[in-house]
Amino acid sequence: MSRPGLTAACSAMLRRDLTLAWRRRSDMAMPVLYALIVTMLFPFALGPEDTLLQRIAGGIILVTVLLAMLLALDAMFSSDIEDGSLEQLVLAPQPLALMLGMKILAHWLTTALPLIVITPLLAAMLHLPAPVIPVLLLALLLATPLLSLFGAVLVALTAGTRRSGMLLALMLLPLCVPALIFAAGAVTAAQQGLPWLAPITWLAAALVLTLVLAPLACAAALRIALDS
Amino acid sequence: MTAAPIAVPLLEARALCFHRQDEPVFAPLDFQLHAGELVLIEGDNGSGKTTLLRMLAGLLHVGSGELRWRGAPLQRDNCAGDILFLGHQLGLKGDLSPRENLRVAAGLHGDRDGISIASALATIGLLGYEDEPVRRLSAGQKKRAALARLLLLPASLWLLDEPYANLDRTGIALVNQVLETHTAAGGAALVTSHGAVSFHGGEPRHIRMQA
Repeated sequence: MSRPGLTAACSAMLRRDLTLAWRRRSDMAMPVLYALIVTMLFPFALGPEDTLLQRIAGGIILVTVLLAMLLALDAMFSSDIEDGSLEQLVLAPQPLALMLGMKILAHWLTTALPLIVITPLLAAMLHLPAPVIPVLLLALLLATPLLSLFGAVLVALTAGTRRSGMLLALMLLPLCVPALIFAAGAVTAAQQGLPWLAPITWLAAALVLTLVLAPLACAAALRIALDS
Repeated sequence: MTAAPIAVPLLEARALCFHRQDEPVFAPLDFQLHAGELVLIEGDNGSGKTTLLRMLAGLLHVGSGELRWRGAPLQRDNCAGDILFLGHQLGLKGDLSPRENLRVAAGLHGDRDGISIASALATIGLLGYEDEPVRRLSAGQKKRAALARLLLLPASLWLLDEPYANLDRTGIALVNQVLETHTAAGGAALVTSHGAVSFHGGEPRHIRMQA
């Protein structure tokens, strides 16, 4: 008998969640379709005027991606709580925070990454200039994991409450404001030909901090949720 | 052919109690559980059997009293993975097959020497259902898939909440046999059950719970 190492446990956890997401891949398509449709509505509502759309394209895409991520967020731990998988995970001889970190990573890979992949398409729909798109992608690559991590903590805190979806949105959206400001700041700066590195670095710093703290907070919150 | 009780009990409870909103859920409990022992927990509905098991597993905090694991105070670090808990929620993912579910569990806990996922599933009577999604299995088969986890994972103490529920006659006999093998190999188990349980190794010890 031997206990598996951390790497083996992490990969088992990651593989489990990716397999589960793949078995329900129609759920995975929802946020992507939602983002596509919402982005499509803006030119209809505002008129196909290039200069106006260009000016607000970055902001629209960031907000749309944020809202699309919210759609899938409350499912992060709910099924594991319902079927008892979370109890088993808590009792496993592995650091719970790390295992939850793997779950959050899997969640990011299955919800945020597809959104980032279609971002160039969204940008094209809103006439965002091509040179700005890499900055927008970089901002999203840093901002979306932040949202996943923040979201995971809130999902863990609201675990067990009924209809936590709306409550979650009300709690998460204000928390996202700083990430949104920095991401939008970088995109606007790039659009105006100004240096955009500073807001990106702020995002990266926030991500590093959250990456360390959020899984620990999740683990503590879920242990409390089970202890009742 | 049970292992001789060693001096230090595997699990020991002293005046153990759990409070919900300052109300004690059950009367203070004192018991010792040695390696190779099987103990039945009896009590009416609502007498706190599940609460006791969840507390012993470490899911609920100890209300008052003391819990000792191999002579030292029971903490998450010194018993992690050595205690397996099987509750009403089986901890199986419906979209994964029994084989995949066991693979995840073994990925987190490791596995016993000399037993593979396939042999655990065969022993528990799920031959031919290894790759069927768990949500398509019957309640009894789901239970069996969860019991296969006990066979596969290395642990010395099993906490089983109603392991006989949903099982047919051969399933019940199978649980008894699995429990006997486990205790004969030096493991211990705490089992809650309403039904009469029969063991070849004589009547198991009882803990009576009172609200």
